Amino acid sequence: MGSQTVPKPTCFQDIVLRLQNFWAQKGCTILQSYDLELGAGTFHPATSLRSLGPKSWAAAYVQASRRPTDGRYGENPNRLQHYYQFQVLIKPSPPDFQSSYLGSLASIGIDLSLHDIRFVEDDWESPTLGAWGLGWEVWCDGMEISQFTYFQQVGGYNCRPVAGEIAYGLERLAMYVLGIEHVMEMPYNDPESAIPLTYGDVFRHSEAEFSRWNFDVCDTSMILRHFRDAEAECRRILDEPELDAKTGRRIVMVHPAYDQCAKASHLFNLLDARGVISVSERQAMIGRVRAMAKNCADAFMTTELGGGQE
Amino acid sequence: MTELLLELLSEEIPARMQKRAAEELEKKLVGGLAESGILCPQSASFSTPRRLCFVASGLPDKCPDRVTSRRGPGAEAPKRAVDGFLRSTGLEFEQLEIREEKGRKYFFATIHQPGKSIDEVVAHVVCDTVLKFPWPKSMYWGNATLRWIRPLHSILCILSDDVGHRIVDLEIGGVRAGDQSMGHPFMAAEKFFAKSFEDYESKLRKAFVVLNASERSERIRRDAENLAFAQGLEVVEDPDLVEEVAGLVEWPVVLMGDIDREFLEMPPEVLLTSMRHHQKFFSIRCPADGRIVKFSTVADIDAADGGKTILAGNQKVLKARLSDAMFFWRNDLRTIKKIGLDGMGRRLELVNFHGQLGNMAERVSRIESLARELAEASGCDADTAARAARVVKSDLVSEMVTEFPELQGVMGRRYAQALSLKNGIPEACEQHYSPQGPMDRVPTSPVAVTVGIADRLDQLAGFFGIGEAPTGSRDPFALRRAALGIIRLVIENNIRLPLAPAIRCAIGEYGRQGKLGKVEGNPSADTIVESIIEFVHERLKVFLRDQEIRYDVINACIAARRADELPLLVDRARSLDAFLKSGDGINLLAGFRRANNILEKVDDLDLQAIGEPKSSLFREQEELNLSRALDEAHGGLERAEKLENSADAVLVLASLRRPIDEFFDNVLVNCEDIELRVNRLSLLQHVRATCGVVADLSKIKT
Repeated sequence: MGSQTVPKPTCFQDIVLRLQNFWAQKGCTILQSYDLELGAGTFHPATSLRSLGPKSWAAAYVQASRRPTDGRYGENPNRLQHYYQFQVLIKPSPPDFQSSYLGSLASIGIDLSLHDIRFVEDDWESPTLGAWGLGWEVWCDGMEISQFTYFQQVGGYNCRPVAGEIAYGLERLAMYVLGIEHVMEMPYNDPESAIPLTYGDVFRHSEAEFSRWNFDVCDTSMILRHFRDAEAECRRILDEPELDAKTGRRIVMVHPAYDQCAKASHLFNLLDARGVISVSERQAMIGRVRAMAKNCADAFMTTELGGGQE
Repeated sequence: MTELLLELLSEEIPARMQKRAAEELEKKLVGGLAESGILCPQSASFSTPRRLCFVASGLPDKCPDRVTSRRGPGAEAPKRAVDGFLRSTGLEFEQLEIREEKGRKYFFATIHQPGKSIDEVVAHVVCDTVLKFPWPKSMYWGNATLRWIRPLHSILCILSDDVGHRIVDLEIGGVRAGDQSMGHPFMAAEKFFAKSFEDYESKLRKAFVVLNASERSERIRRDAENLAFAQGLEVVEDPDLVEEVAGLVEWPVVLMGDIDREFLEMPPEVLLTSMRHHQKFFSIRCPADGRIVKFSTVADIDAADGGKTILAGNQKVLKARLSDAMFFWRNDLRTIKKIGLDGMGRRLELVNFHGQLGNMAERVSRIESLARELAEASGCDADTAARAARVVKSDLVSEMVTEFPELQGVMGRRYAQALSLKNGIPEACEQHYSPQGPMDRVPTSPVAVTVGIADRLDQLAGFFGIGEAPTGSRDPFALRRAALGIIRLVIENNIRLPLAPAIRCAIGEYGRQGKLGKVEGNPSADTIVESIIEFVHERLKVFLRDQEIRYDVINACIAARRADELPLLVDRARSLDAFLKSGDGINLLAGFRRANNILEKVDDLDLQAIGEPKSSLFREQEELNLSRALDEAHGGLERAEKLENSADAVLVLASLRRPIDEFFDNVLVNCEDIELRVNRLSLLQHVRATCGVVADLSKIKT
């Protein structure tokens, strides 16, 4: 903590890189965004699966996140259907996790002697992951800039040891630090570079295109079919015998099954954005994704990573 | 004398839990210490977002010594047994005594147990309290084996006296107690050491922490008022928010900021709700016109730039929030100007009320017909009532209420005003939701009252109709509140509305929509009416008990006629309650009971023969007197009932007291002669029936 002065960041990627460096120095493994459409950094197996089981773990990564319902064709100053989260997960949560977090804010140029940082109760729950934890939303001058959570359960399993999770909403945080009014106007790379690009230069077009596709064009019957396929495949993968005939090794295919679960979750979000799911169907579909997540967690717990046999 | 100081320093405790936690901590520690023989003459507890703290002074230095006497083996027991007893008590043979108990002689040992040191007891009680602390929700963290509200960082636990202070030797979940604490996380995050509570509190203050939550609240209230006053403005009072914010800061610094002029066109309720709900801001208003023109926020830091950055940040967030609200407000106004509140209300079709009871538009149409039916009883024009009922729920589908559900009703009023609706309709939009509870104000405008009753009757009829009556503590559709609402609306506005036909009417409305009764297993209309009336009566009993009218008196009146006309019923209960406290009342009750007891024991043959008493069979003057008194009473009761005058009706009962007493003094009811006996029983049956017009006195308990 403290208020050591750091140079003000100049652009979006400067903030991302500083967070990465900060947590790397705190001993985190820097991973990359997962290569599937996910609703939030929590769905990355580095969080959803690795928060389970007895093994220590420390990872930080940027996760590209998709929220089809939040699409605004790139016109709203701070709503996007595709945005970035910065996610930190450390298990067991270290005693200085909170003060490290404050250090990370200082590292991106938030002077803690000038700003009002508050930890406001906000318990986290993910109905699709069957997970919950206690923690706060963190406010800076009245604006929510992060979620801070101590995981208590995932997939119905108690988390022991407990993982601590921090999720930063990168665009919003960066806009605040850089003093930007509209996300599309935010410098993405250094404005002094030979080819300066804004967030809009990078994403304005794709935001509009995806908004149109999400809301009006995507083929809902196909999406629904894919949802069912993912559900069936998830089940089938986990029903395979544990012993691999070819290698003679026990290989429980948790991650491939989990990919299907993550896909189903995103497909559900797409259907939701199209407004084709009724209230009762909605509950039922969430229940189906949760069942997949639960099956994956069950399988994970039987593996070495989950503290099971081997 | 010794002082105990305990501080549990953790990551941020949710504001809503702090006060209760401090109270629990004090209760559990004081109780635990008392159990070990240590009384706390003075104690106090405190909370901040990061601390729970307890202090007790005037403690003894150690627990009192204990002298106990223990019975050993019998006086003739073998040496082996006696040796065992000596070993277990640690005494020498010479120290034993022989005493007699129940005719036998035994060895007795007198054991002096020196009192435990206070350190030992405190360590035990603190550990026990922390390990079993009743948090509403608690968690594990890291590798911890302890559950706490959030990670527990340090424990300060010291005992101090004239000589100095010492650390209590204890460890909980890997955290060892010490005499150190920390100041404000951003302004004085260094460690400091405490020698006593006084020392601790003053060092905390120097380290930018106000320990006492009520002092923080007071500071917030005072500073906000002063800032507002300096500009000729006033703070909109909000004690709950003050308490909440005092639980979010250790060092409150109040800042006042501007609201952009463009937002001031919105109703003050919208500004207030949006600022409170999202930002925990206080609203600052202009005393002259009640408009909200500024806001106050409370920071947890004395910022180096005097709060400029913080205020600018907050203002920016507020602007985004209010732009949203403004967008909703303008859209809603555009909608109602184009298609009216009725038009807006058409979208209620898309809002589900309940799977079996249809959507909200169907509900509105039922309430509309019902309000038309009920209008006359509550002194309202039927067309106005219907017109109001048609629009009071429209705001539920406005964009504003979709965003801020707590603005339901308020927005209805604002939108109705914007359309210049007359005849009390704007007020009805807001007030038909009242009363929400036993203390809430009851509306008096006939339109609001009519719609309010119709709204609640529809709710009760529907949910009882599909077998969703509340059970035990389960009341998911808030039907108890609905029933209480009807009770208060009807009684406090003295509305003569028989409930049974009104409920039947409400059920009829469902029927017209093809609902209720169609589904196998749903109760019949008669059953629904009966169970709703019974339910309302149950709520009424609770309501009247709070007004100190006896339970059994209400029961007695409920068992009589016209019990579904609540103002009459309550009036009667009050009169009867007063009467039963008088000498006449007590005697009449005695007479009634005697008659009732006799009738209860009558055999079947006699029972069948009971009918109208015949004057030709009267043998005693008292029979004739009683018969005449009963005839007069009938007339009196009829007149009283026509006038709906309960006091008179009870007076009529009072007039029966003497003839009944004299009848029992001089007439033998169970005589040999069957004819005479049956005639006298008939007379008593008449007494019972006459009293029963007012109340079933058999329900009165002694």
